[in-house]
Amino acid sequence: MDGDLMTINMGPNHPATHGVLRLKCQTDGEIISGITPVIGYLHRCFEKHSENVTYEQVIPYVDRCDYLSSMTMDFGYVVAVEKLMNIEVPEKVEYIRVVMAELQRIASHLLALGVYGMDMGAFTPMLYMLKERERILDLFELTCGARLLYNYMWVGGLSHDLPRGFVEMTYQFLDQFEPKIDEYDNVLSNNKIFVERTADIGVLPPDVAVNYGVTGPNLRASGVKWDLRKNEAYSIYDRFDFEVPIGEGIKGTVGDCWDRYYVRMIEIRESVKIVRQALAKMPKDGDVHKAVPKKIRPPKGSIYSRTESSRGDLGYYIISDGTPTPSRVKMRSPSFASLSAISEISEGWMMSDMISVLGSLDIVLGEIDR
Amino acid sequence: MTVDWLYTTFSQLFSFIENTDLLFLMSAILPIGIIVSLMAANAIVMVYAEMKISAFMQDRVGPMGQGPGLHAGKFGILQPIADPIKLLLKEDTIPEVADKPLFILAPFIIFLGAIIGFLAVPFNENVIVVDLNIGIFYIMAVGSLAVIGLILAGWSSNNKWSLYGGMRSAAQIISYEIPAGLCVIVIIMLAGSLNMQDIIHYQSGGMLNWIIFSNPFSFVAFFVFFICIVAETNRGPFDISEAESELVGGFHTEYSGFRWSIFFLSEYANMLIVAFVAATGFLGGWQSPFQDFMTGPLWGTFWMLGKVFSLLFVMIWFRWTFPRLRVDQLMYICWKVFIPISLINIFGVGIWTILIG
Repeated sequence: MDGDLMTINMGPNHPATHGVLRLKCQTDGEIISGITPVIGYLHRCFEKHSENVTYEQVIPYVDRCDYLSSMTMDFGYVVAVEKLMNIEVPEKVEYIRVVMAELQRIASHLLALGVYGMDMGAFTPMLYMLKERERILDLFELTCGARLLYNYMWVGGLSHDLPRGFVEMTYQFLDQFEPKIDEYDNVLSNNKIFVERTADIGVLPPDVAVNYGVTGPNLRASGVKWDLRKNEAYSIYDRFDFEVPIGEGIKGTVGDCWDRYYVRMIEIRESVKIVRQALAKMPKDGDVHKAVPKKIRPPKGSIYSRTESSRGDLGYYIISDGTPTPSRVKMRSPSFASLSAISEISEGWMMSDMISVLGSLDIVLGEIDR
Repeated sequence: MTVDWLYTTFSQLFSFIENTDLLFLMSAILPIGIIVSLMAANAIVMVYAEMKISAFMQDRVGPMGQGPGLHAGKFGILQPIADPIKLLLKEDTIPEVADKPLFILAPFIIFLGAIIGFLAVPFNENVIVVDLNIGIFYIMAVGSLAVIGLILAGWSSNNKWSLYGGMRSAAQIISYEIPAGLCVIVIIMLAGSLNMQDIIHYQSGGMLNWIIFSNPFSFVAFFVFFICIVAETNRGPFDISEAESELVGGFHTEYSGFRWSIFFLSEYANMLIVAFVAATGFLGGWQSPFQDFMTGPLWGTFWMLGKVFSLLFVMIWFRWTFPRLRVDQLMYICWKVFIPISLINIFGVGIWTILIG
């Protein structure tokens, strides 16, 4: 039977688009024959705003870009400005930043995995994962008073020192959290239906991934060992012992949805390792405000600095004209590159598979639209 | 306690009424009223059970606010009352571009399909509205009426997502009727009757006489049948026609308020009715699991409802445990796994009956 293609708009309001994304799908029955992402529904003029506020005032905007991984967003920005100003950050600040960034990575991945399970129809694992995420948010709340948008990392320092008892509480959390990861594997990763829905679906070959500029867990799932924490170690990441997991195609092909899911699961384990090491090595004393400059006025020039956020290669390009406001702030958004690959990998699959691909890419629209 | 029995009782009680049509009307309306209240009561119980069981499985507490001691209630037992009140008070919206008559008609067809099946369901040894000689066949037949309602709902909403949901559920329900029907044939072969009470009488005398345990093939048939009826009621992990994360709400995307709640009510009623069929066909209906142990009409109702609600509990358990299948995987399981198994079962039961007895 021949028939016309049906155009169906998925979004801007749809339970599975993780924000306000619109996907224009050409469908032939259940089969997707063309897909065009339409973005911009969450555009908040981050880059234009940045040109009109001072360097430290940019940080809250950065927070709001990837609202699920604010700590790593802050981290990337302050590292860029510090490079521009040649600021040497105290040892203790570096360790605290790493602890926070890795805890944030765990929290962000937990949400990504849980919501991915929910996209596949498994509601219960999501609540298990969110429960642990809450405990990380509690730790953040204890530290800086906020649970989602922290504004915690400052240029040259941090807004607050660690509260009393933070280290013990984090150890306590990690001790009870680690066995839960095996529980997630039992309840979701190895679930027969879940594997059926994700293995061999939406395979992203390594060359395609590199061509699209896909980074982070999505790239690693395709079998490319690329992690800025290892390859271009920023901050103090070269001092920690951790593995960079890559997709191995355990349940299907390398680079399928299951791999993208599972790489995040292993990354959680690795982040736990890093947090433990950082807590053990962290200097006891030190003033976190010591290196915070009185006036942030970088010399004329420009800098491109990139860090590994929860979603991949997060770059900041900052041009300074010598005034307290940046002349230009450009963000390279990892989710944007991941989303652009969706038409390549989900065409020809079924509607439900497209949901599976979209969920496995773990995009955050705030960061795509900026 | 059938309609006929009611009619004779009424004519004895109200012998002063000459008009027999009135008596007939009375004896017909009473059971329908009881069934409708049963459906509503079942929905209330199931909503509460679903909320609390899912909460238990997900490390939550579930509803706590409503109940004795307003806003201090411990168990939230009035939550299933509060929900329908909310639904009743909601604005009833019909999309401008919807096919209005069909849009309004669809929930009623589904409701009708759910309600008339109860006519042939035995609650205990005596209570059955109409003791049809083709009872189990009748229930299977009217159970598929719901498909028409679902397609109508999907089509008349004039929404592409609804259309997807309607088409998916049509394909799903019709496909799963086949293995379910083949499993029912196993029951009929063993019991030698289509009558629900006869099937139950055949299984008298303790647990080991139940059809599920009568031979290995019928044991398999029970599990195939149970999975099929879960799929037929559009419950998770087979809820592809509603598939919240894919199709928003599927066929009921455009429905709101009370019309939506009729879908909801029908879903629970359908679950109840298929659980009744499974309990009757495989688990001995209102028979006690042990011979001459707690028998009698009241205990019969107890055993019947006990079996039914155990099955319903398993359905809830399924829903909150498994991810959702994809539509082609669902069809694969039906056509390439369940139908061959059910066909083998029929042969197996036949051969087993001849050889072993």
